[in-house]
Formats: sequence, structure tokens, C-alpha cells
Amino acid sequence: MSGVEPMFPSPSSGAHVNAVHDPFHGDLLEVSMGPHHPSTHGVFRMMVTLDGETIVKLKPVFGYLHRNHEKLGENTSYLGSMPYTDRLDYLNSMTNNWAYALAVEKLAGQPVPERAEYLRVILAELTRLLNHVCLAGFLLQDTGASGTPLMYAFREREKILDLFESLSGSRMMCNYQRFGGCRVDASPEWLAGAQTITNNFGRFLDEYEELITGNEIMMARTQGVGALTPELAISAGITGPMLRATGVNYDLRKVDAYGVYSRFDFRVPLGDHGDTYDRYMIRILEMRESIKILQQALPALPAGPIMDPKAKIRGFRPKAGEAYGRIEGPKGEIGFYLISDGSPNPYRYRVRPPSLVNLTVLEDMCLGQTIADAVIILGSVDIVLGEVDR
Amino acid sequence: MLGSGLLQGLKVTAKNLVGSFHDPERLTTLEYPEQKAKLPENYRNFPFLVSENATDPMGTLRCVGCQICEKECPPQCIYIEKSKDKKPDATGKMQVYPVVFDIDTSVCMSCQICVEVCPFEAIKMDQVFEIATKDRFTALLLDRNQLAKPNSYYHEIHPTEAAEVDARLLAERKAAEEKAKAAATPKPAVAPTPSPTATAPKPPEAPAAGGTPAP
Repeated sequence: MSGVEPMFPSPSSGAHVNAVHDPFHGDLLEVSMGPHHPSTHGVFRMMVTLDGETIVKLKPVFGYLHRNHEKLGENTSYLGSMPYTDRLDYLNSMTNNWAYALAVEKLAGQPVPERAEYLRVILAELTRLLNHVCLAGFLLQDTGASGTPLMYAFREREKILDLFESLSGSRMMCNYQRFGGCRVDASPEWLAGAQTITNNFGRFLDEYEELITGNEIMMARTQGVGALTPELAISAGITGPMLRATGVNYDLRKVDAYGVYSRFDFRVPLGDHGDTYDRYMIRILEMRESIKILQQALPALPAGPIMDPKAKIRGFRPKAGEAYGRIEGPKGEIGFYLISDGSPNPYRYRVRPPSLVNLTVLEDMCLGQTIADAVIILGSVDIVLGEVDR
Repeated sequence: MLGSGLLQGLKVTAKNLVGSFHDPERLTTLEYPEQKAKLPENYRNFPFLVSENATDPMGTLRCVGCQICEKECPPQCIYIEKSKDKKPDATGKMQVYPVVFDIDTSVCMSCQICVEVCPFEAIKMDQVFEIATKDRFTALLLDRNQLAKPNSYYHEIHPTEAAEVDARLLAERKAAEEKAKAAATPKPAVAPTPSPTATAPKPPEAPAAGGTPAP
């Protein structure tokens, strides 16, 4: 490219950066970051136009991990889609399962026993711990703290994954929720293990924060970087910790109060600036709130069946109709929209992935920042490409 | 003071480094091929077929070739051809059996749905995970001879689950015998308890959650 390039304003906010185009500064440089770039968290590609080191345009390119998830959902039975939902956001299979089970239960009017509801809350909060601890590790890896925080985070994550494995049989591809309950019951030993992890997690968070939160380099790299305004976040449909980091009080656990969340006492942490540091801190605070929910839910777990006795495993045919089930996943609102025409397969199967929607404001956050900051801004969005591309 | 946060972080790192020599909380890794972690009982990997007798696995397969798992398998990795004739199974009852039962483990995603839908407790999840091979095709396509494993092996890997399954099968067999006896005598007896997965009662049709009917 040469001469004065027209600056393309960002489609969602109209923001743009004026680049200097004189012979001294030279031309703009277009860099293709990804799809096989270590910082892009999977096979994600950013076409970045640079003026020196400043980003003047960023075009996200995705689809490298497209697996035809929605069309597969229309061609498999309702139960058959459950293991595929594990593979959407492969860090949080339990919450994906729950969102899908909730949509089908709404569609079929299927009640869920109380013990299963409590187990779902326990597993969802453990998943939140697992996802946020991963994010904290990977984000710090992106800022240049290579290895140490990530390994500490993975050490804790591994303990939760062991719990999932001993309950559902698989570390990450749990395939645990069913329409009308859960697949296997939690033994008293398992619950004791979950309680131990819950009790010790706060201590780990203290240590982790001591390690990095007050670190001057970390603050310099993240504070004021990639700020997102609440107006833009709302109009772009951002959900989850990213929205709350801008100060918007919106948490589906409070808004919808699905499951038995209304029975627990917890607060919704809110950010102030909407920058990368806030997005990091929100995750740390949310983990502390998750521990609080777990401390209430684990002792209160009622006895009883985990599966509605009238629930059907095979030959499940809900009546014609439509339903949208959504929950507050660790990354944001994960929802499933289903249309049934009375046959064993859904007529339409649609996923509302939080990662993809949260990624749409990437350009607005990155404009005017340096290319090194784009890496940590992307890291703070918290994407999993399995969910973005589906 | 500038840099105090940095020093504080280094203190944590030092604590972890020193701790890894004496505290098992801080050294959580294993030297894998030499040391192995104990698998949890619920751990699942690829499926196998349960046979009653280890000496004659093909004659005592529980599978009757009903092809339900083949239909329900989400990635369609099971291929079954059922027999035209009938053969006595482990209990002496004449049954159809699978002539071909193949599972393509390169496609299988270990989701356990075949296990859940099987009404005959014939297919269960294995725990073998060291199955890497250099051959992409035939070595990963397991036929019924490779899949068949005795019930004693099932008891070894999933003791609790296997005990429940055995108790359930025994109850079903007893109920069937009683029914046969009742059929022989003129007075009708109590109906046998059906297998929970095989003939689950239909749930009452509840109204769909709002919205327009699908086209």
C-alpha cells in the first residue's frame, strides 16, 4: 500500500485511527497473525493493518475450526447432540451440557429433580473456577509471564478435572447432563473431594494474586489497554465477565435465576474501566463468588433421585414448538435455540456462543493500540475457537 | 515502592520451588510411563462387548444384534450385521446374534450413548487408553473378536456398576422364569418387571414451551 489510505472506521462503533502518511513514516503494513500463531488461542487469524506499531485496522478471520455443529444437530437425535455440545467450548463442557439440557427441557416441559439441580449448580460453578483460572493463566502468558502463572493455574485446574473424571468418566468431554436430570449420582466421597477443593481454592487464589496482581509490569501492560465502553458493549451484545468489566450489572444467574440460583447468596462483581486489567480482575472476583456459592450448595445438596423417573432416554420426541434455553456460562450467555417439528431430530438447532459475540468488538478495542497489546486484548476476551467456529 | 509487587511475586515462586521438594501439594506431577495414576472407576474410553464366558466369548456374547446402538451412535461408528439363524446364548435361550460387529475407534468419541441405550447390558465402556498404532485404518477398526471381553473383566474395571448390572440381569431372568411358569399354569401371575431402558413408559406429552409450531 502506498500514499494516503482511506481509514476504514470500525463497523460497530465507527471508531478509527488516523495514520500519518508522509514519506518519512512510510507505508502501512498488513500483518497476518494466525491462524497458526501461538498467541491467537487456537486457529484464529487477525489481519492487522499497522502504522508503525499502531493498529489502524483489524479484520478477524475465522472458520478454520468449523465442524458443522448446527447442521449435525439437525441430523442427530436430541440425545445424540449432547456429546457434541461438549466440543463447543471444550473447557466448559458441563455448562454447555446444562444450557442444551435446559433448552430441551423447556421444549419438552420436562421437570428436573432437586438433587440434579443442585448438582448442576455445583458443577457449573466448578466449571467457572476451571475456566477463569485457565484464562488468568493464559492472559498472563500473553503478557509475557511465560510459564509460571499458567502452570500454577493448571495445577489447580487439574484437581477440578480429576473431580469431573471421577464423576462423569471423562476429564473434558463430560457428557454428563441429561434431559430431566444427570447421568450419574455423586458419591459422598466425591462430594467430600469437591468440598476439599472448594476449601483450598481460596488459598490458591490468594497466592495467585500475591504472585501477579500487584506486579508493576502486569499493571503497566494491562491498565488502560483495550478499554470498552458500556454503551458499545451493550449494543454489541457482549455478555459475561467482559460486559461486567465495563460496569454493566447483568448476570443471568441473577436476571433469569434459572435452576436453584435464587437460593444462594452471592454478589456480581463489576468493573469500572472496562480495560484488560478489569477483565482480569473480574475473573478473579468471580472465582471468589463461585467459591461462596459452592460453600452454600455442597452442604445443602438434598437427597433423592437425580433423574426424573418419567424422563426418556431413547426415542425422545418433544412436541412441535420452539424453545430457547440460556445460562450464564463462564464466558457469557450460552444459549441453545431449538425448533421441534415432532420428529426425533430438531428441525432447527442454533447455538448462541458467547465467544463469537464477544469477539465482534475486538477491532474497537484494538484500534490505536500497539500490536503487542492486541495479543493481550484478545487473551482477555477469553475465546475458545471450538465455540467461535462451531 | 515500585517493584515491590515484583518481589512479592518472586517470593511466591521461591515458596513453590522449595515446596516442590517436600510438599506433595506443590509437586503434583508423575513420571508417566514408569508411574501411573490410578484411574477412577467411572473412567471411560472406547466400548467393548460383554461376554459371559471367557473361554467361549463368541458363543456367550450378550449382544443380540438389535442395532439400537448402531442407530443411536452420534458419529455412526458402529456397524452391525445380525444373523439370520438363532443360537443358544449363555442362558440357553435361542437368540439372534451379531455376525458382524465393528467399531471404528478412529471415529468413536467415547460418549457412552451406546451403553446407555443398550437394553441388554451388552456393550460397556473400557478403560484401555494406550492404544496408539502406526496403522491408521485396519488397526483402529475393531471387529467382534477384538471387542469381546468377559464379564469378569467388566467386574474388574467397573466393580460397582457391574454388580448392579448383574443383580438387575438376575432379577430379569427370575421374572422371566416366573412368567414362563405362570404361563404353564392356568392362573396368570404378576407381570415381570421390564428392563428400565428397554420398555420405559412414555412420558406424558407436556405442552411445548411457548412459541409458534414449527413449519
